[in-house]
Amino acid sequence: MADKQFVADSAVLLDIYKKAALLKANDERARKVILSGQIAMVYYSYRGQEIIPSVMGNVLRDDDTICTIYRGIHDMLGKGFPLRPLWAELAGRSTGSCKGKGGPMHLTYPPKGIMVTTGIVGSSAPIANGLSWAAQLDKSDRVSVCTFGDGASNIGAVHEAMNLASVWKLPTIFVCQNNLFAEHTTFEKMTGGQNVASRAEGYGMPGVRVDGNDPEAMYSAFAEAVARARAGEGPTLLECMTFRFFGHNFGDDDSYIPPAQKAAAMEADPVPHLRARLIADRVATEEELAAIEADIEAQIDDAVEFALASPWPEPDDLRFDVFETEIAA
Amino acid sequence: MSATEKQAKPTVTILGAIAKAYHDALAEDPKVITLGEDLADPEGGGIAKITKGLSTAFGDDRVRSTPISEQAIVGAAIGASLAGYKPVAEIMLMNFTTVCMDMIVNHAAKLRFMSGGQTNVPIVIRTMTGLGFGSGGQHCDYLESWFAHTAGIKVCAASTPEDAYGLLRSAIDDPDPVIFIENLPTYFAPMSFEMPDSSHRVPLGKAAIQREGTDVTVVSYARMANEARQAAAKAADQGISVEMIDLRTIAPWDRETVLASARKTGRVLIVHEAVKQHGVGAEIAAVIGEELFGQLKKPVKRLGGTFSPVPYSRPLESAFAPDAAAILAAITDLAS
Repeated sequence: MADKQFVADSAVLLDIYKKAALLKANDERARKVILSGQIAMVYYSYRGQEIIPSVMGNVLRDDDTICTIYRGIHDMLGKGFPLRPLWAELAGRSTGSCKGKGGPMHLTYPPKGIMVTTGIVGSSAPIANGLSWAAQLDKSDRVSVCTFGDGASNIGAVHEAMNLASVWKLPTIFVCQNNLFAEHTTFEKMTGGQNVASRAEGYGMPGVRVDGNDPEAMYSAFAEAVARARAGEGPTLLECMTFRFFGHNFGDDDSYIPPAQKAAAMEADPVPHLRARLIADRVATEEELAAIEADIEAQIDDAVEFALASPWPEPDDLRFDVFETEIAA
Repeated sequence: MSATEKQAKPTVTILGAIAKAYHDALAEDPKVITLGEDLADPEGGGIAKITKGLSTAFGDDRVRSTPISEQAIVGAAIGASLAGYKPVAEIMLMNFTTVCMDMIVNHAAKLRFMSGGQTNVPIVIRTMTGLGFGSGGQHCDYLESWFAHTAGIKVCAASTPEDAYGLLRSAIDDPDPVIFIENLPTYFAPMSFEMPDSSHRVPLGKAAIQREGTDVTVVSYARMANEARQAAAKAADQGISVEMIDLRTIAPWDRETVLASARKTGRVLIVHEAVKQHGVGAEIAAVIGEELFGQLKKPVKRLGGTFSPVPYSRPLESAFAPDAAAILAAITDLAS
């Protein structure tokens, strides 16, 4: 695979932008809806990290699977999670993808390969390996992606999973979205070696640190990892450098993020950056992009409206989905 | 069991029954796969040789040895089950489930519910435990009440080869996660049972009345059911008629069978090897109290492990858990 170059052409970049614009708009709406009091939910903003999952969504197929985490709605939207069941789940309604039983931290949508969303740091990784094992057994070239943050690079589950993926040569892609903060603590302070990607070497797999806010670099690294996995050449660890614009969970006091660092990151916001570039390179016009964005807003309007108009679950629903057979009343 | 019965039936072990159940399940359904430490033939087919021959017969893609990584093992089982497989994960010893509780409790048990029924986790976690080998505090705990307390997980344990076969096959067939507890020290004990054929199943959630009686109900499971059967036979010699119930499935437990027997005898003893405090016996006793208050002739009695870690030294180890003599004493006390 090493000799093959993976280059994002204009069509790819435009698709990445469309996804990133959706992710950005959806995050903005989520915060607005929370502040307005329309939906009360625990929310982990991913604003600033949009390029990584937009690239993943562009490269992956519907039958490829992802296991993501509580800060993962961007990963899911990138993978194609439809807005109505997503918003209805955020609102805790019976029309939600999980019937209101999972909520923002456990969104699931198997038709698009969104198999597990976990609220436990690092636990996406061991499960992604099982989906990879199944792909091997099925003799399919589908791949399995687990995403996690830099904080999870210090938890045991991720290390057990990387080692197993390596010795079993699994088609698992470990995507660490390094936003430089593990909850409230800086990456620098709590990460030995100051590098996640280099840990791959210890497990005998390629490890690549990439600018996750650069769509071309991200595309090149991710597409290569996917191609390797599809070809049966095993796992890759990608450390995608990025930044989150808000606190660990929305509403927390984010004073632990140095204001200058945050301001610089917001100044370098990758989404408007890509937008400006597409116009400058004449990939799309201002009007075309504005139309795409207006359409996204309309879709989100529709989804939020659908969610808020949907019925709440019934208390009796607690008896169902614990097991295949319902629990006795 | 009389001498003639012993001669009439071939002798099998629980280990043999589990090995056969494993083999039959892999042979019948290509979706059944298994993983665990030392499980494949190059590693000897498992520490107790239960899986010996399986990787040779069914391929090392379906029968896989793993690193010593319990989270990775259970996680891989969960992931494969989400893609339509029926993995059997061996967590060698039950104490080692403590290092993968996140995978079991937060994921295997909850994914069906948290996904609103879009996914399910039909895995079996086989795990061995039980005192008797002088393994001390970290190799032989019975931790079933932790799992029984977790919504979304089923728990079973067999005390006979027939039940071991039938329960394991049912656990593998089941669409939900099952913890299958095996008592290591009684693995190799020859027992007078027929080796079941491949159609044999023991339904999950259904207890066995192993001996009918009218004076005292004894509820137990796993190795303690063996001890209780011996005690029941001795009690019969003293003129006490014991109804002996082996729960077989600890969660969900067979309330109907237990309550019917308790209603009949009015005297109930619950026995397990796990520590008595907050054990499975507490839940059963509470339900009996809730349902049959006023109908009991004696308060429900419980026997279980002492409130200490499992000790090493032989006299201490013997003192830790109930045995047939202690069970007989409790039966006699209840019947008086």
